[in-house]
Amino acid sequence: MLNQHVPFDYLPILLQFLVAASFVIITLLATHMLGPKASGKRHDDTFECGLDSVGNARNPFSVKYFMTAILFVLFDVEIIFLYPWAVNFKALGWFGYIEIVIFLALLMAGFYYVLRKGVLNWETRDDND
Amino acid sequence: MNSQIQMTEAPPGVEGQGFFATRLDSVVGLARKNSIWPLPFATSCCGIEFMATMASHYDLARFGSERMSFTPRQADLLMVMGTIAKKMGPVLRQVYEQMAEPRWVIAVGACASSGGIFDTYSVLQGIDLIIPVDVYVPGCPPRPEQIIDGVMRIQDLIGKESIRRRNSEEYKKLMEEYMIK
Repeated sequence: MLNQHVPFDYLPILLQFLVAASFVIITLLATHMLGPKASGKRHDDTFECGLDSVGNARNPFSVKYFMTAILFVLFDVEIIFLYPWAVNFKALGWFGYIEIVIFLALLMAGFYYVLRKGVLNWETRDDND
Repeated sequence: MNSQIQMTEAPPGVEGQGFFATRLDSVVGLARKNSIWPLPFATSCCGIEFMATMASHYDLARFGSERMSFTPRQADLLMVMGTIAKKMGPVLRQVYEQMAEPRWVIAVGACASSGGIFDTYSVLQGIDLIIPVDVYVPGCPPRPEQIIDGVMRIQDLIGKESIRRRNSEEYKKLMEEYMIK
């Protein structure tokens, strides 16, 4: 008899779920009903540290900002790998040297591509700006 | 329980075995007053005193205010600390207007309360010219104990405030006086 349960035995668990759910719902509703509200054009405006917001944030801007950020990541990752390699320079020997040359060659190939594309030409002003 | 820990006292109500009944006002007030999120608007030396107030020695967190809010959306208490130049006035006003109700304001120090020693053309002679103020803290600058006392006076106000106050005609009239919509 010990291990025999009828579905009715689980009713308290169902009740507990109901109480938990209704607590959440009632609390959410009650805070909306009880709490005072402020509204208005200035209240709903974007918070800009007290200044009036100007224009729309979703403007297209030069792709150069993005490219500069990506280039930073490129060299950042390079440094991350170069430091441990430099610390273990002797232990890694020629094998490590060749590996890091391949790694740098891959990165520099990308950098050469970027240079050829003219990403770092700040002076030019093409139509995409 | 450790006797050094001070607990909030229960509001007056009817107590019985396994239940406690009291006014909704006092429960809401109790919850609000012990969980104030301050928005520091520090423009000069009173702000430095506020830093000491928040730090470990004075520790405003003991009063439930450790969570400073740097956006007005979640803030309950606007703490104006320092000289407010007339050019800063609209900024302060905008910050106040963007706070969610219920909101309280405390003017810390002589400058925020009355302009202080800066009785000149460029300085606002008290922030209550542009936004309603609940508590003024005197001093130039006030000591952290005074700022804490000001926050405790705010707590008193919050604890006693009726739930209906913000919808009352009196409150609407006050907002109209300041032309705050």
